Amino acid sequence: MKSHLLLVASRFLSWPFFILSIWILYRGHNLPGGGFIGGLVGASGFLFYDLSGYGRPKQGFFSLKPFSFLTAGLGTAVLSGLPGLLAGKGFMTAFWLPGFKLPLLGSVHLGTPLVFDIGVYLTVIGFILLLADTLAEEEKL
Amino acid sequence: MNDLMVIAPILLPLMTLILCLGLEMSGKRTGMVSLISVGVTLAVATGLVMRVASGGTLTMAVGGWQPPFGIVIVADLLAALMVWISAFVVLAVMVYGVKGRGHGHQSGHAQVLIQGLLLGVNGSFLTGDLFNLYVWFEVMLISSFVLMVREKGIKQLGGGLIYVILNLLASAMFLCGAGMLYGELGTLNFADMAVKLSAVDDPAFVNTTGSLLFVAFAAKAGLFPFFFWLPASYHRADPALSALFAGLLTKVGVYALLRTFSLVFTDANGFSSDIILYISMATMIVGVLGAVAQYNVRRLLAFHIISQIGYMVAGIAIGTPLALASVIFYTLHHIAVKTCLFLVGGVLEMRTGSPDIRTHGGFYKTDPWLAVGFLIPALSLGGIPPLSGFWAKLNLMQAGVDTKEWLFIGVGLGVGILTLFSMVKIWNESFWKDAPEGMERNSLWPGKPYAAIFGFCCLTLVFSFYGKFVFGLCEDAADALHDPRVYIESVMGGEDK
Repeated sequence: MKSHLLLVASRFLSWPFFILSIWILYRGHNLPGGGFIGGLVGASGFLFYDLSGYGRPKQGFFSLKPFSFLTAGLGTAVLSGLPGLLAGKGFMTAFWLPGFKLPLLGSVHLGTPLVFDIGVYLTVIGFILLLADTLAEEEKL
Repeated sequence: MNDLMVIAPILLPLMTLILCLGLEMSGKRTGMVSLISVGVTLAVATGLVMRVASGGTLTMAVGGWQPPFGIVIVADLLAALMVWISAFVVLAVMVYGVKGRGHGHQSGHAQVLIQGLLLGVNGSFLTGDLFNLYVWFEVMLISSFVLMVREKGIKQLGGGLIYVILNLLASAMFLCGAGMLYGELGTLNFADMAVKLSAVDDPAFVNTTGSLLFVAFAAKAGLFPFFFWLPASYHRADPALSALFAGLLTKVGVYALLRTFSLVFTDANGFSSDIILYISMATMIVGVLGAVAQYNVRRLLAFHIISQIGYMVAGIAIGTPLALASVIFYTLHHIAVKTCLFLVGGVLEMRTGSPDIRTHGGFYKTDPWLAVGFLIPALSLGGIPPLSGFWAKLNLMQAGVDTKEWLFIGVGLGVGILTLFSMVKIWNESFWKDAPEGMERNSLWPGKPYAAIFGFCCLTLVFSFYGKFVFGLCEDAADALHDPRVYIESVMGGEDK
């Protein structure tokens, strides 16, 4: 079933969901949220297009393929572990930049655990999209 | 640099996996990258064995969280030897050639999944944490399951389904056992568990959790009565892949048994291990009887795995230093020999187009080198001196004599004769008798099957004629296993770092 209404709505819904997901990803270090939940919310931005029945756009950000997310996500996650090794400590040892204050966000802490979370976030998006693509393919048969 | 070497056997396959995913997306071939990476892993593993043999156990606390709170990667001699042999097996199987269906997305992600398998196997060997072991088991299970069904035939799917269901059931038991342990002890670190469990005076608890873990690992290893998935699935996969599974997967189960039941669930900690010896004897007998009845070459070999696993676990049950050393030697020898036989079986199937050895014949005349490549591992498996299987069995029997397990010795010798008999059966049917009328002889598929088989024959001969050196390594590894304090100190002693 194709819904033109949902297709139009998707254009307005997908970006807010995506931005919301990045916020969830960021706050996850100390509050509920994080890479996994952020990834699920971020993927739902893409899934609005699938639900409309017209499929995802052919160009632009929302046309990115699942495997791009998977590869980038796994790569980012592994990279986040390497600084620890290079410093001669255990793999994935956390390193933090000194905290600073920003309007809206308050005090900001950036470090390798956040990079790892970004990796998880991208991997989850890729995984959900691949799942959706596979299920949609079955439906066509 | 110390730490880098411990974790490199895990990181290398992981990074190659990601690289292969990226290359596949841009439609490039991944075989060469993957092959080189496994070669490097083998080199690193060789270095790891040498360093651990001379300098003792290496550990690394992941994330800088010291044990017992964080996950530790522990490379003792046993783990290092196992990592080495698995890198060797994967390298040889890649040289042998995995059938690809084109490249890029059409490749079925073969290289990605093989790297995933190596990642899971190496992770299982190196981890010092029970729950982390569970995670590596899952990595291994998922990779091997997808590899098994990638041909997308109904046969492969059937085999894969049995494989995945039984292994998931085993995983569920593993998880229950791990959960109970954590609830009681508050730790899942092997070394810490060993210390805390010795203070627990509750035989019901120790035996329940121990049995749950035993059943989980027994199902992975293919012990009686949990082996059904193995002969139902292995022979249905692509020959190269089934050789990979035959070499590695069940041995990870044996490794887990060896680690857990020599360190955590010991008699000293109140675990009643008597039944393990009887289970292993039943495994030996049932496996070899299954093999004797088979005419499908790879299915026959798959039944043999079960029977040989019985020998290894019997050694774990006997538990003296000599028995443990011969278990380790037996495992190394068996991985080399069994993978090689599966590769030869794969060539026979490819050449004749049929797995049934009754329709084969005359390969001794047409492919004398293949015959040699079969004879060396087959005789070794049957325990003919001076090949490696003889030394493995001899030492195990010696350990049996020392502990006066006469029943085990009787079963072991009887099963040895039947093993030899079923090897002779393949030899007679496929190699020795004249080729039946109208037998096809296909040419080989791309890849270098003979190079891989030659490599394994060389390894078998090294195990045979440098048996003293290899067995010396195994004895050192076994001494460390037999005295849990060595392991505990090397893991927990790192706290002041």
